[in-house]
Amino acid sequence: MTKTKTLQKSELKDKKTKNKQPNTIALIIKTIFKKYSALFIAVIFGIIVSAVASVFGTTFINTLLGHIEPLIGQQNPDFTNVIRALLTMAGIYGAGMLCALLYNQFMIIISQNTMRSIRNDMFIKMQKLPVKYFDRKNNGDIMSYFSNDTDTMMQLLSQGIPQLINLMTTLVAVIVSMFILSPILAVCTISYGVLMLFVAQFIGKRSVKYFAGQQKSISEVNSYVEEMIGGQRVVKVFNHEEVCKQEFAQINDKWRDASFRAVKLACTIMPIMSGMGHLLYVLIALIGGALVIANVAGTTLAAVVTFIPLTRSFTMPINQFAEQINNFAMATAGSRRIFQLLSEEEEVDNGYVTLVKVREENGELVECENGEWAWKHPHGDGTLTYAKLEGNVELDHVDFGYVEDKLVLKDITINAKSGEKIALVGSTGAGKTTITNLINRFYDIDDGKIRYDGININKIKKEDLRKSLGIVLQDVNLFSGTIADNIRYSRPDATDEEVVNACKRGGAHEFIEMLPEKYNTVIDGDGSSLSQGQRQLLSISRAILADTPLMILDEATSSIDTRTELLVQKGMDSLMQGRTCFVIAHRLSTIQNSDCIMVLEHGEIIERGNHDELIAKGGRYYELYNGKKAEITA
Amino acid sequence: MFKELLKHAKGSLKYTLLTPCLVTAEVIVEVMLPFVTQALIDNGINKGNMRYVGIASGILLACALLGMLFGILSGWSATKGSTGFAKNLMDDMYANIQNFSFSNIDKFSTSSLITRLTTDVMNVRQSYQMTSRLAMRCPIMLIASVIMASMISPKVALIYLGVAPVLVIGLILIIRFAFPLFEKVFKSYDKMNKVVRENVKGVRVVKSFNSQNKEIDKFEETSGDIYKNYSRAERLLALNSPLMQICVYVSILLICWFCAQNIVVGNLEMGSIVALMSYTMSILISLMMFSMVFVMITMSKASAERIVEVLKEEPSITNPENPVYEVESGDIEFKNVGFSYVGDSNKECMSNINLSIKQGEMVGILGGTGSGKTTLVSLLPRLYDATSGEVFVGGRNVKEYDIKSLRDSVSVVLQKNVLFSGSLRDNMKWGNPNVTDEQIAEALEIASATDFVNGFSDGYDHHIEQGGSNLSGGQKQRLCIARALIKDPKILILDDSTSAVDTATDRKIKLGLRETKADTTKLIIAQRISSVQDADKIIVIDNGKINGVGTHEELLANNTIYQEVYSSQMKGGAGNDEN
Repeated sequence: MTKTKTLQKSELKDKKTKNKQPNTIALIIKTIFKKYSALFIAVIFGIIVSAVASVFGTTFINTLLGHIEPLIGQQNPDFTNVIRALLTMAGIYGAGMLCALLYNQFMIIISQNTMRSIRNDMFIKMQKLPVKYFDRKNNGDIMSYFSNDTDTMMQLLSQGIPQLINLMTTLVAVIVSMFILSPILAVCTISYGVLMLFVAQFIGKRSVKYFAGQQKSISEVNSYVEEMIGGQRVVKVFNHEEVCKQEFAQINDKWRDASFRAVKLACTIMPIMSGMGHLLYVLIALIGGALVIANVAGTTLAAVVTFIPLTRSFTMPINQFAEQINNFAMATAGSRRIFQLLSEEEEVDNGYVTLVKVREENGELVECENGEWAWKHPHGDGTLTYAKLEGNVELDHVDFGYVEDKLVLKDITINAKSGEKIALVGSTGAGKTTITNLINRFYDIDDGKIRYDGININKIKKEDLRKSLGIVLQDVNLFSGTIADNIRYSRPDATDEEVVNACKRGGAHEFIEMLPEKYNTVIDGDGSSLSQGQRQLLSISRAILADTPLMILDEATSSIDTRTELLVQKGMDSLMQGRTCFVIAHRLSTIQNSDCIMVLEHGEIIERGNHDELIAKGGRYYELYNGKKAEITA
Repeated sequence: MFKELLKHAKGSLKYTLLTPCLVTAEVIVEVMLPFVTQALIDNGINKGNMRYVGIASGILLACALLGMLFGILSGWSATKGSTGFAKNLMDDMYANIQNFSFSNIDKFSTSSLITRLTTDVMNVRQSYQMTSRLAMRCPIMLIASVIMASMISPKVALIYLGVAPVLVIGLILIIRFAFPLFEKVFKSYDKMNKVVRENVKGVRVVKSFNSQNKEIDKFEETSGDIYKNYSRAERLLALNSPLMQICVYVSILLICWFCAQNIVVGNLEMGSIVALMSYTMSILISLMMFSMVFVMITMSKASAERIVEVLKEEPSITNPENPVYEVESGDIEFKNVGFSYVGDSNKECMSNINLSIKQGEMVGILGGTGSGKTTLVSLLPRLYDATSGEVFVGGRNVKEYDIKSLRDSVSVVLQKNVLFSGSLRDNMKWGNPNVTDEQIAEALEIASATDFVNGFSDGYDHHIEQGGSNLSGGQKQRLCIARALIKDPKILILDDSTSAVDTATDRKIKLGLRETKADTTKLIIAQRISSVQDADKIIVIDNGKINGVGTHEELLANNTIYQEVYSSQMKGGAGNDEN
């Protein structure tokens, strides 16, 4: 009683988990069916034909023996019937083979095309996701969408799904032929098959637990390796090699044992299933033999002889299915992650104010091909107004928090007039970088308003907003390509001359000229061949080329050598000239000539004014400055 | 290459050898099945002999159960062998990496070493596990099936002889043409990953410059490459199964025709047709699996190669034969020293260094990025070896010392330093495993870390996250200095180790070092003159050469680079430069 109950329970549970899986598989099938309906139907057709042909081949012995039996003992046997049967069979086999050939090729076309478009879709999606998404997610996680997850999904697509169809068709065909040959034996075989499935499930479920253990210990090994190899130089400096070897061996031992426990169980599934298959073979021989001898229900020897190999065709799909269960689970998990990414919420952009080129005609601004930049502002009543792009930025009682109920910025009000230099000063975590994240709308504010040339930035199309402001970030991101490509990143249509000029002004020209291929030197993605200072110079030159009226500069904290720093400083100065600038300063020396200095603490502006005013005030800035002074007079 | 790998099978070797034996037993039992079935049909059912049927069934049952048992055992032993093998590989790789010098690490790069230790080992393990079973099972199955089939009818073997070569040649051709394509696929994967990584890391830049579309184009090009190469490779590989089918079908038809003739004449009985069919399937499936083994081995070849590279890498710095274990003093001398990262004296990035430093001196080293400051001090604890010239510590060439003793006496606080996950005390123990709490307190005090450490409620048991991520940059640097002090070295090298520490604390640390570690030679690399200006001696390095040596005042009077740097750093101070 209790046993059946638990069985039912596990069945129920299984239904629940299974319900989730077909969803993903159904989603994949739906996706490919929409795009490649004709090809996919052809594939299904091909699979069915080839599976049926293969099963037909097995039952063919029955027909053949039927033709042979009458000939036994004849003096001059007439083989015409046998030959005819063989030729028919050859035809069926030929058709099956041709179908297999075609469906395999078709399926590759479908799966590869689908994978390409899924990869492209994911990447396009990624480009549309808000910065928030990337800040929250681990880089490695996002990378694995494109590698591991797509790989498992491709496996599912190119092999899993066809195999599934194939197995099902084969199973149906085999069952039908079995019933034709001998209903009694067929019933026996099928009940045995159900038993096999239960056994597979029983073992499979238990091994899942151990697989989790293995996964845990492998991630332990991986994180140890990552930490220690990452700090290998320190290990050497401290002569810690022996200790590390021992520690690693220990963790490794643990992994080996866990892994063995997990795979051990998984390893038993295959032999048990194939052993059970062999048992069925024996069972059918025994029962069939008895049936023939006792002559029950007209069972013929030929039928039994045919039935025995059929049991193989019957157990094979079940075995394969048992083998594939893990792969299916893995692939569906991967695919689910992909679909999850594809359904992530995109960065919304309800902006309608755009940036256009204008010239002045009779005191009015008119759109034209070449001219100055201006905001084109359509209003609710159908009228259009133009406002020149000047670079006035106003933060009006702005509140913001990355997570709800935890404000990072409180009641921030800043008014930056065109061409002014606003410095943000304060300790780490005071909210300096956050302010800049809000101006370019990487994040949206919770309360208050930010206005750009008098326009609420929520009304400005993000693309145009960002086009109008340049940034130089602490960490310089370069892209693989030539130096010129990287400079041109901010303005793809810039001429070579403009690129060189920007580099001259930004201070990068000098070192670029020293590189083997000068502006055409190819740098790797992370620009590891360049020094930190050189990367900053590139980043500054890139921003100069963009030539935007508003600049956000996040000064680098990392130490660069003094001579390069001088160059960086000069570059920054030339970049800031004539633009509205928000400077996040870590060294007070760079901001003394700012129009206004904001001292932030815990998300609030606690002091504001120019250098002299703040020094006179004798507050936090004065303290900070004196720390600096101590350094200089030391 | 595979030989090299197998050397590391060691303890797992017995399982690796046991597996084929078990597999052989499994196969032998399995090939018996069709044979006995045939007898059951022909002698039992056909002759209406129920007793014979019973006996034969009993034998079959025993065979099936034995087969299952051997199957399970061989699966276990294959797993035991492969996990043991993977463990050995990782242990041995890791052990060899521990012997690596800095230039060995540079050669591989940290991230590549990590991939080799993790992903590559797992790849090799997977194929090892598969092949250790299949590689034996297939040939044995093949031979056994051919023998059994020949026992039923020798002529049938001729059919196999005709068909098998077609299959084998076909498979070899497919694999040969598909593999270069797969290599291309892997390369285009790398390219795609690069684009993704750049975009994930640089998402702010991409968005700021509105270059989403450009990046999408770039990406679509790489995904198109993958599509192109992968499709071609797969389409070629997909020919496998039709090829297999054609061979199976042709064999079956031929066997049927052959059996038909012989059964009619009475040379064969009906049961033999079943047995022959079974053997045909077994033979062809074995061939097919064998080709899979081949595919797996080739697939993991790249990983195996990368592992062997690590295993075979010779440490570029080794202990001398009769090492000196005692470092007498903290005196330092460089004689005509030159250095090149590639070991080629024509491409030296540092040359002609002559320098002498007395025990207990505090020496500042100043110079631009890439000028060779770090390289210079790296030669002292033999993190690198000089390409030309000689480096002396305590009056002896550094190459004469036992490396461990040398590094215990010459303590470096690296520029890119790391703390490890564990308690604060654990981290301090790196300097000396038997360190007492008093010694830790002393070191922390000199490193000016006492204040914030006292702020931890759990004191020295405070847990430090991997990479010290729960500490600020300045706190990390101070703990790293303390850790180096615990070694109580003769020479202490601080490579830009206080860049994130505020100026007042920086001064306090330097002062503390001067007072409490008077006998220790202190080399301080810095970016700011203020950090080193009261040193006994300041060395200005430019472009791998010593540009000037002297005190602050001397250099200020006669060294142009020093003057330049000084005035640039003073500029921000607006009028404070009279000191």
